[in-house]
Amino acid sequence: MRKPFAVTLDVGSSLANLTGSWRSERPVYVDRLPPCNATCPAGENIQQWLFHAEEGHYEAAWRVLTRDNPLAAIMGRVCYHPCEGACNRGQLDESVGINAVERFLGDEATRQGWCFDPVTTESGKRVMVVGSGPAGLSAAYHLRSKGHGVVIFEAEPLAGGMLRYGIPQYRLPRAVIDSDVQRIIDMGVELRLGQRIEDIQATMQQEGFDACFLGVGSQIGKRAYIPAGDARKITDAVGVLHQMEGEHKPLLGRRVIVYGGGNTAIDVARTARRLGAEESVIVYRRTRDKMPAHSHEVSEALEEGVKLKWLSTITAADEETITVEKMELDDDGFPQPTGEFETMPADSVVLALGQDVDLDLLNRLPGLTIERGVVQVDANRATGVPGVFAGGDMVGGERTVTVAVGHGKRAARAIDAYLQGVHHKPAGKHELATFDRLNTWYYSDAPKSIRPVLDIIRRQSTFDEVVGGLDEANALYEARRCMSCGNCFECDTCYGVCPDNAVIKLGPGKRFRFNYDYCKGCGLCVAECPCGAIRIEAEPD
Amino acid sequence: MRTSHVKFYQTGTFTVGNRLLSEAERSVQSTLERTNALNSGHRACQGCGEALGARYAIDAAMRATDNQLIAANATGCLEVFSTPYPQTSWQIPWIHSLFGNTAAVATGVAAALRVKGRTQTRVVAQGGDGGTTDIGFGCLSGMFERNDDVLYICYDNEAYMNTGVQRSSATPPAARTATSQAVGSEPGNVFGQGKNVPLIAMAHEIPYVATASVADVRDLETKVTKAMSMHGARYIHILVPCPLGWGAAPHDTVNLARLATESGLFPVFEAEHGEITDRRTIRRKVPVEDYLRRQKRFAHLFKPELRTDVIAQLQAMADRNIRRFGLLDKEEL
Repeated sequence: MRKPFAVTLDVGSSLANLTGSWRSERPVYVDRLPPCNATCPAGENIQQWLFHAEEGHYEAAWRVLTRDNPLAAIMGRVCYHPCEGACNRGQLDESVGINAVERFLGDEATRQGWCFDPVTTESGKRVMVVGSGPAGLSAAYHLRSKGHGVVIFEAEPLAGGMLRYGIPQYRLPRAVIDSDVQRIIDMGVELRLGQRIEDIQATMQQEGFDACFLGVGSQIGKRAYIPAGDARKITDAVGVLHQMEGEHKPLLGRRVIVYGGGNTAIDVARTARRLGAEESVIVYRRTRDKMPAHSHEVSEALEEGVKLKWLSTITAADEETITVEKMELDDDGFPQPTGEFETMPADSVVLALGQDVDLDLLNRLPGLTIERGVVQVDANRATGVPGVFAGGDMVGGERTVTVAVGHGKRAARAIDAYLQGVHHKPAGKHELATFDRLNTWYYSDAPKSIRPVLDIIRRQSTFDEVVGGLDEANALYEARRCMSCGNCFECDTCYGVCPDNAVIKLGPGKRFRFNYDYCKGCGLCVAECPCGAIRIEAEPD
Repeated sequence: MRTSHVKFYQTGTFTVGNRLLSEAERSVQSTLERTNALNSGHRACQGCGEALGARYAIDAAMRATDNQLIAANATGCLEVFSTPYPQTSWQIPWIHSLFGNTAAVATGVAAALRVKGRTQTRVVAQGGDGGTTDIGFGCLSGMFERNDDVLYICYDNEAYMNTGVQRSSATPPAARTATSQAVGSEPGNVFGQGKNVPLIAMAHEIPYVATASVADVRDLETKVTKAMSMHGARYIHILVPCPLGWGAAPHDTVNLARLATESGLFPVFEAEHGEITDRRTIRRKVPVEDYLRRQKRFAHLFKPELRTDVIAQLQAMADRNIRRFGLLDKEEL
């Protein structure tokens, strides 16, 4: 071939020059564990469901959410959202309103009539679930979705356990419980109401159950001895909240004293206000900052006119008054009596000093270990009795709805493995997507959207729900505040900033791949990835 | 606050792409269809800002002209690392010129196209800061003065990097280069010298002048696209950090460009017919020290002793830019 003057070689592409050989370090795509997911007691894949919600694909978001937790609408109201406390966005401006979005998705499921996927293959195994509280419902849902036959036994006339009998209506409307429970029943779970189990092993044998999950709530109020002239005026918090669900509402009088500093004390004090009490006073032996109750619930109670009297213990109760002793905190933060007394007018005293689980049904179950009032279980929620698992309040630890749901899920997985004759081993966790892994420059500035709060007058007189939900626009906005920590959200930044075109874009939903033939290992993609989904590591020899 | 409650897209236009935006609102660099004008296998250093800036700019120009584009290229890093004989990384019609005459070569190409009646084919000239602000400056000024139909893009890495980091008229004061060593009582490049070519271009009253950086691809693409929608002489000056010449980590290239613009040292603005029409405001203001500390060419300002006097002079330059170009929103001033 004739070439132009002074040209001896054919034109070639620089693609012949594999610059990847320069590299001493290589970038690798990773999925890191976002802090929200890491702290969720129910093990929800929050980042993933927000990812779908960001696109406005609410049903897809709800389906990802309910893979781990079937009670979205309930969660969106009563979960104490530790996820938001861990949220990396909290270090940038304010944490993402995960709980509010979850509630929106849960309510949207009811509005749109979304159902769980029907069970396609029956395993032929049968599992009994004792208690229809959050732990029992969660276990039943997860077991049923794996194809097992499930029967829930509930002692009360209505389903929900402590959701119904421990949480006031103004926080959790009963219609919400009903619709979330119904969705689980619709999967083919059998619910037997008003059936108290007396002998677990006998029931299992009679009906041919292959395994059992125990999810009994803590329904017995702890008592404290208070010398009382009139014993009728002293009741306990769990009893009051339980009575609220019956036909005869509790009669507490005009001046109500609530003794205790936990969330239940707050619930009762706020309930008393709504029942017409002019004065609803929480007496607590330590200070407000030491109260175990969540601070936003304390604030809501104060807004509604509930009064707090801290550093006080009740020493006696008479017909119209109670006597309290002033306390002071010692150097270790424990309250010590001072010998100073005062009297307060009181029509009734409600004890909210913690709760115990009624473990009577376990008496005839050999092999079960009970320590300090709670059933001992292993990491898989298995008791010492083969095939019997337990979760929720009765196994101790933090007693919240979300923890109970998590127990139910973990136990269901272990039961599923047990029914197949294998031992359940949870999958390993990814490394944590900490704040320093992120490049927050790339996220738009956006403050948190605040949920509408019910007008104060209505809160003091009715049992209407206090906290409202987000509308669609707000929920979308809130979802899009998610930074997708540790998980690629396809922002194309790596694809863009590579000076060597060494990032291959695989198309929507398929993420990216490195072309190591040309990647020089500069690390620009690692430094600029907003969400920390790329790691740089030493080049293998 | 530039976000609104109705339209909030998580990362907005800060990231290169954003799956929440409509197709039309997405950047050229986020698409599978981008030209990749400067292909893989080029011999630029790790983390080269110029390679990045050139691909951003030419890909955008290719889309804006429906792939009817010819590029002339001055001698410099960009030319050397992309076309060692007989290979080329360019996936567009591309012509090499001398160090100093790129503007004139591009003018000739544009003239030839006009004579041939191929008016749909557009011309881009590109060079580094040395080839633009020093060696090619006469040809460039002539191109502006005649209002030739060429977009000239200067990739400014603030020194002659290809030949071993010698000072150019775009090198900032106090920076160490091979010819402005960090010795004596006033180490590094001197204050009070050098050229601001975007302002000189504006003085020619050409249709369009803009500055941009590799830290904001959306802004850069918008400006190239806008320039290609116009005719006559146009000039875009792009800050492209050089890990080798600046003594910076290769992964810090985009971050350094961002710090340069967020500190105010490199003002990002656009002008039409000699008048400034818009500027990119600072989002998260940083002191110049944050920018300087990350580069070894300024290491002598921190060791063996902290030269607060010199840093203050550089800060004063940044503050002047902020005032002069209105780089902060009023409420933040």
